[in-house]
Amino acid sequence: MRKITRLAPLALVAALALTSCSAPAASDEAVTEDSQASISYAIWDENQVPALEANIAAFNEIYPNIEVKIDITPWAQYWTKLQTQASGDTLPDVFWMNGPNFQLYAANDQLEPMTNLIDDGTVDPANYVEVLNDLYSFNDQQYGMPKDFDTVALWYNKVILAEAGVDIPDDTWTWEDFATAAKTVSDTLADQGIYGVATGLTGGQEGYYNTILQAGGSILSEDGTTSGYDDPKTIKGLQFWADLIADGSSPSLQQLSDTPHNAWFTSSKTAFFWSGTWSVAELAAASNTLDLNVAPLPQDEKQATVIHGLANVVSAGSENKSAAQAFQAYLGTEEAQTLQAEMGAANPAFIGAGQAFLDSVEHFDLEVFIDEADNYAYPFPVSKDTAAWTTIENELLPQAFSGTRTVEDVANELATRMNKALAAE
Amino acid sequence: MTLRTGSTVGESRAPVDRPVPVSARPPKKQTSFDGYWPWLFVLPTLLGVLGFYIWPIVQTGYLSFTETGPFGGEEFVGLDNYQTMLADGNVGQALINTLIYTVIVLAGIPIALLMANLVNQPGLRFASFYRVLFFMPYIAMPTAVALVWRMIYNGDFGILNWMLSLVGIDGPYWTSTPGFAIVSVGIVGMWASLGFGIIILGAALKNISPEYYEAAQLDGATTWKQFTSITVPLVTPSLFFVTIISVINGFQLFDLLYAIMGQYNPALVQSQSLVYIFYNQAFIQNDKGYAAAIGMLILVVIGIVTFFQFQMQKKWVNYV
Repeated sequence: MRKITRLAPLALVAALALTSCSAPAASDEAVTEDSQASISYAIWDENQVPALEANIAAFNEIYPNIEVKIDITPWAQYWTKLQTQASGDTLPDVFWMNGPNFQLYAANDQLEPMTNLIDDGTVDPANYVEVLNDLYSFNDQQYGMPKDFDTVALWYNKVILAEAGVDIPDDTWTWEDFATAAKTVSDTLADQGIYGVATGLTGGQEGYYNTILQAGGSILSEDGTTSGYDDPKTIKGLQFWADLIADGSSPSLQQLSDTPHNAWFTSSKTAFFWSGTWSVAELAAASNTLDLNVAPLPQDEKQATVIHGLANVVSAGSENKSAAQAFQAYLGTEEAQTLQAEMGAANPAFIGAGQAFLDSVEHFDLEVFIDEADNYAYPFPVSKDTAAWTTIENELLPQAFSGTRTVEDVANELATRMNKALAAE
Repeated sequence: MTLRTGSTVGESRAPVDRPVPVSARPPKKQTSFDGYWPWLFVLPTLLGVLGFYIWPIVQTGYLSFTETGPFGGEEFVGLDNYQTMLADGNVGQALINTLIYTVIVLAGIPIALLMANLVNQPGLRFASFYRVLFFMPYIAMPTAVALVWRMIYNGDFGILNWMLSLVGIDGPYWTSTPGFAIVSVGIVGMWASLGFGIIILGAALKNISPEYYEAAQLDGATTWKQFTSITVPLVTPSLFFVTIISVINGFQLFDLLYAIMGQYNPALVQSQSLVYIFYNQAFIQNDKGYAAAIGMLILVVIGIVTFFQFQMQKKWVNYV
């Protein structure tokens, strides 16, 4: 023991000497099997570490001397930390990026474009869900290697539906079918404290973004410069939720704040739950999991769901850029993404690699999520400073959903303030 | 738990100072130079204070006059941020909420004094056990405390509303009704800081000479009379100290509020504290210049309140 501690400083010096010699060699030249480098990989989801470690092990079979260190920061601190690192030019070499934050980093020259990887054929964007390529492109350059994707569908509890005498939902359901079913459950099973539907209404991804699109409205104009909230169709999409709460089909906002929407569903206190791919693991582990299944979202003017996914990006200031890009490209390969799916970590963005994800929970019809992505998925709305207007959404929309103001009134105020925020970008 | 603003007030005498022995001559202001040694002794602390408190305050002051991008790169905009702040109704609401919270926490100090008195009864068995018990909430992680209270306050399934329902009261949604929410958070804050008051005031009680009580008993004073005429005046220096600390902690309300209210709370906008708005502007909305202006507002408000507390101490604090 003693000997080791005495030798430790020596080993450290040796290691430093090694890295300092090898770093320049790997920095600008093309990466080869012999390239030596140490790169950091920042993520926020601890559950995905085993799958990513398996990815790294396979990556090291090709590049045995590139060491990849995973750096986990919990979601709550991830963006704060990343921004501090960006301000100090110490961003991790490779890191996870999401839609709402992407343009902020790309526009401020923090990310390395993938142009060289695409030009030399290492990466073929056609292999990935197109909406995701668009999501991670800025000024006609792609920066992010799509990692996975999530769409939103209608989860239901078949035991509760049977008890209330309501049919199981299918792909023909309209808003009306859904609203009637939810109301019937609330009315029939009121004495057990069971409601029709519970959905997260802070942030639109699970609930109102989908209904806005289904009604034919929009959250953000296509060029990302004006708000869609003053469009009557958008207002209709918001009204849908205000009505569900007003007629008792859904718990009130206060109830949803005290007991979060997923807890209502996993405790068999609601029949329906609008949520995405990310809920699969939680619902598969829930005590009532065998009662649950998933169906397409109900439709209004059209079928629609928002689609969002993560991407792996490389820091523009990385000192081992070629090694980092090699790792970024590897994470996009069919092999790497299939492994992710097999280990149940995520639903891969590589088209056709998702079979393993579908098979991961046998009693859920998970094809629904893939069908939606293929046929009627709309990109998650983002602009250069997405957080500036999502904060306004979260400030104003509760007043509409709780009925303290009319939906139209709130939506118009939201549109005005959102346009101001967009103009400031 | 820092006396951060103590230094900004510039008061010569710390509140917990021991009394100065009375000498024949009135104490003269010291003018002789003690050499550099004392400075050397305080240097480690001084460096820390300068590097981690004073310098950031100066920087924040500078940032509050700029528009700062998410990745740095500031641009001087003069008083723009302060103008925005004056026009921002949320900041006014947050100031009121912060005051409500602080007042509730302050209301816990008399309770702490009573409890300290009870715990310090001579001959009480398990006295130190009680002291530990009362002090525990103070050292527990605020988020852990908040999680437990979230369950107690839960409108549909919480134990508080269940107990109220037994006596026929239909309890509200404590943490998600505007108005109720900040009071609910305040009650938790008061409960969590009781232990601190009990420990400090308990120590002060122990320093009171038993001879005073013996003399009072001989004169026929009741227990209550002894408490109000001997105990309270003699612990005023400690009461003053606890008050200062509680006010400063009250104005820095963030973690309890953040953890108890959660992110899905419809009453959040009406229940924000000043530090909550600061956090939201700095780290969610990326408007660090504006956030710095709010930070300066918090500093100034705490400074003013603490200054007046020190002014008023002459009226009620007795340094034997």
